[in-house]
Amino acid sequence: MAYKRHTDRLPIIPADAKEQNVTCHYCIVGCGYKAYSWPLNKQGGTAPSENKFGEDLSQQQFQDTDAWYSASMYNIVKQDGKDVHLVVKPDVDCVVNSGLGSIRGARMAENRPSKVTGTQQQRLTDPMVWRNGVWQPTSWDDAMDLVAQVTARVVTEGSEDDLVVSMFDHGGSAGGYENTWGTGKLYFDSMKVKNCRIHNRPAYNSEVHSTRDMGVGELNYAYEDYTLTDTIFMVGANSMETQTNLYLNHMVPGLQGGAKMVVVDPRRTLTVHSSEQFAGAENVLHLAINEGTDMALFNAILTHVVDHGWVDADFIANSTFQDGEAVAQDSAVPAGLGSLDYAMQTCRTSLDEAADICGVSSADIQKAAEWIAEPHDDGSRRKCVTCYEKGIIWGNDNYRTIGALVNIALATGNVGREGGGICRLGGHQEGYYRPNEGHVGRPAEYVDQFLIRGLGAVHHIWACDHYKTTLNAAEFKRVHKRRSDMVKDAIDAAAGGTREQVVDAIVGAINAGGLFVVDVDIIHSQIGQNAHVILPACESNEMNLTSMNGERRMRLSEKYMDPYGNSKPDCLIAAEMAQNMERVLRDMGDDAYADQFKGYDWETEEDAFMDGYNAGNPEVTYDRLRDMGNNGVQEPVVGFENGELVGTKRLYADGSFDRHGRDDKKALFCAAGWRGWQAAGKAREQAAHKFWINNVRANIFWQNQFLDQKNEFVQDRFPYPFIEMNPDDMVDLDLNPGDLIEIINDNGVTQGMAYPVSTAKPGQVAMVFGSPAGSQGNVVNPGVNELVLPDYKHCWGDIRKISNATAETAAISFKAKEVQF
Amino acid sequence: MKCNRMVDSGRRQFLRGGIVGAAGAAAATVLPAGQAKAQGLARVDYPSNRLANIADLVVNEPMDIEFPDADSPGILIKLGEAVEGGAGPDGDIVAYSVLCPHKGWMLSYNSGDKTLNCPGHHSRFDCEAGGQQTWGHATNNLPQFALRVDDQGDIHAEGVDELIYGRLSNVLES
Repeated sequence: MAYKRHTDRLPIIPADAKEQNVTCHYCIVGCGYKAYSWPLNKQGGTAPSENKFGEDLSQQQFQDTDAWYSASMYNIVKQDGKDVHLVVKPDVDCVVNSGLGSIRGARMAENRPSKVTGTQQQRLTDPMVWRNGVWQPTSWDDAMDLVAQVTARVVTEGSEDDLVVSMFDHGGSAGGYENTWGTGKLYFDSMKVKNCRIHNRPAYNSEVHSTRDMGVGELNYAYEDYTLTDTIFMVGANSMETQTNLYLNHMVPGLQGGAKMVVVDPRRTLTVHSSEQFAGAENVLHLAINEGTDMALFNAILTHVVDHGWVDADFIANSTFQDGEAVAQDSAVPAGLGSLDYAMQTCRTSLDEAADICGVSSADIQKAAEWIAEPHDDGSRRKCVTCYEKGIIWGNDNYRTIGALVNIALATGNVGREGGGICRLGGHQEGYYRPNEGHVGRPAEYVDQFLIRGLGAVHHIWACDHYKTTLNAAEFKRVHKRRSDMVKDAIDAAAGGTREQVVDAIVGAINAGGLFVVDVDIIHSQIGQNAHVILPACESNEMNLTSMNGERRMRLSEKYMDPYGNSKPDCLIAAEMAQNMERVLRDMGDDAYADQFKGYDWETEEDAFMDGYNAGNPEVTYDRLRDMGNNGVQEPVVGFENGELVGTKRLYADGSFDRHGRDDKKALFCAAGWRGWQAAGKAREQAAHKFWINNVRANIFWQNQFLDQKNEFVQDRFPYPFIEMNPDDMVDLDLNPGDLIEIINDNGVTQGMAYPVSTAKPGQVAMVFGSPAGSQGNVVNPGVNELVLPDYKHCWGDIRKISNATAETAAISFKAKEVQF
Repeated sequence: MKCNRMVDSGRRQFLRGGIVGAAGAAAATVLPAGQAKAQGLARVDYPSNRLANIADLVVNEPMDIEFPDADSPGILIKLGEAVEGGAGPDGDIVAYSVLCPHKGWMLSYNSGDKTLNCPGHHSRFDCEAGGQQTWGHATNNLPQFALRVDDQGDIHAEGVDELIYGRLSNVLES
């Protein structure tokens, strides 16, 4: 029986309620919302003069009204120490979402911690240290002293290479320019930590090295390009499910305005189905290729375009490199880069060759090429906007595959122009501002393997949970737990000792192969189970936070409530850690090293913003961003005129490409040579198992599953991670909907519930990624590309039934997710 | 779905008292201190509206209804198979709001798989699973109307389990 809140009325926002700007912090799209808050003993009324909307709320409000909010948009939170009513609802005036709320963002209020309504009681309130066999709450001073004492001992007795750091690099949530700067200054300026990684992958690297090396930054368009284009070319992405309001508010108007759509995905996604509804099936081409064969497809499309002269010759002549090879392939560059002619020597692929590799017809590949690049009947060039995401970013041969896709956009001149762009769609918002990371090196260290090999002594973790988001996760967990348990045992054995004696015990355990773990997070995460010190962070709107979305739209999302308990912004935690390091190092007599930890006298997140982002972008201040509201400004900011920040609608509008740092400002083509499975072990695994285990997303908890594990509306819908299966495959395995199953291969085991999907191909299953209740990463092998980009998307396994459906799984809806009229 | 059948609204009644919430007394400023009294009830008071008689229903053919008033359209369906929360002797009669709780678009019934579907943004709700959102953008499942079937087979709606789109009180208040 479906979960119901039994809310039959909500407090009305009074006319004088406080109104603040909010950018949804969950996903890359960054929808605009408004937060309204007012004292607990006040309420608005139904008369127009008595409510914020100026509407007669004694009457039914109709479709798309601004004057309504659901129960999930309401909560009671603490603001300046007092409980207040809070409503967070979509902003009709934000150009990103035009009043549309997503199933994630429209639950922001409900997913706030509240001691009054009892929501999100899983949020951390106080620092905790491992003491007396459990985690004991303690003060910041006590916890930070232990962190600094152990860390300082380790980096002085050994080196900074013994400090391993896992840290978010994104915007939104607990990321953003303030917090990436705080952590970045600590680890890349005060120290030069090179054994570090990012929240969703096992190294500190770009997910899109090749497009950058080709000169093309990966977020170069404006969302309005989807409404100005002739063709939307989507690869390895499912925007209806993930970047929902980008799809509904920008792609759909494009489709309804006559744009065609090409979708490359082995799976028939909801985006394909909905696009057929909106555009007509005859205007949507779904290329359901064999998994991992995207590059061959792109090369064939490029070849067809070039051979038919559908290239933009002027653009190629003026904006791309002309003279053969510009960058040779080597250990840091997995494919040569240069002119179009140079790249074609490697990329040339016939339609038939690609059809064989990809498992789709040559006629469909030809049709895709025509939709992407064939000039209109009047000879004018066709506009095409290309978008891609994890299907190829976490796919086979990341560098060359993305390079091959960017080749098509460059050859057809679809970069920096209206209706063009070649962009990743993104996951989180962006919000990266850190000191230079060049010391990390390229390829960067494969940090998870570094830890598995027994290296590293102290592990600082910032809002990362390897347990859910790494590959080869089963082995990682075993080793990380074993090593951290050694330190826990040492702490327990030293019970009753002085701080000095406990630190000695910890260092002794480290020297014997143990690992001291510090976890900074908003909840007690799964990897946090291995921590010895847990530090409570807050997130967006519990602090002011700046980020930019997938069209580089930067906003200030305002603080409307207090951090929960004694939690703090990450940037201020980093500052406190630095100050403690300085103190401890000075006590150790190492003044020179201690001096490196000066410069963190920040009292607020705005201080961190001014120290970092503003120092590099002096036009941009909190006050100016606040004035720009939920529409913000598209980066880069190029000035301040007439009281407004002046931004940049799309990059490379002048035809100059600089992301690679080349003085000639010419874009490069990628010699994307097809070589089958690039990562080690993939071909063998494919041959050995019955099912391809794709990993996919669900709109209901994409990017906020860590909170939704305690949200009943979500848990009621998906009590276990779903594993979409072909119904005939389920019959063969004697499975009913909702049965609990496990996926097994040589890498490990994971579990979920069988979910029949009639469009699923036999032998292919689609498991939701990043679930706390079943980590898909357990069964992904350690294979990465030359630059340590994981190939999460390609793993194969066998399926075994664990049990019949539980009462919870048996009760959910198993009907088709696709709309049907 | 456009309503094509009148409901018996003769016994419709609206919230008595008119002041919301335990704090209440917003209009009491003219009264001397100490005399303010909360007059509202903790929950809204739903009417008991006769929607139809069991004999009027055809299996898997939705009937347009209104509840708790004419501005809140819904459907009444005899599903043909018992479901949890189903009313009537066969346990298969259910009623739902047809205003999509995402943006208030009118849902349409698909008799093939007994779902309600939104033409605007493609959310869909399972009529056999308490209105659970099978997929979509709404942040609550579909409001379901509580039904009572009397001895004559008359079906009455008497409550709602989620906030209906477009109103901050399920029973509109002046």
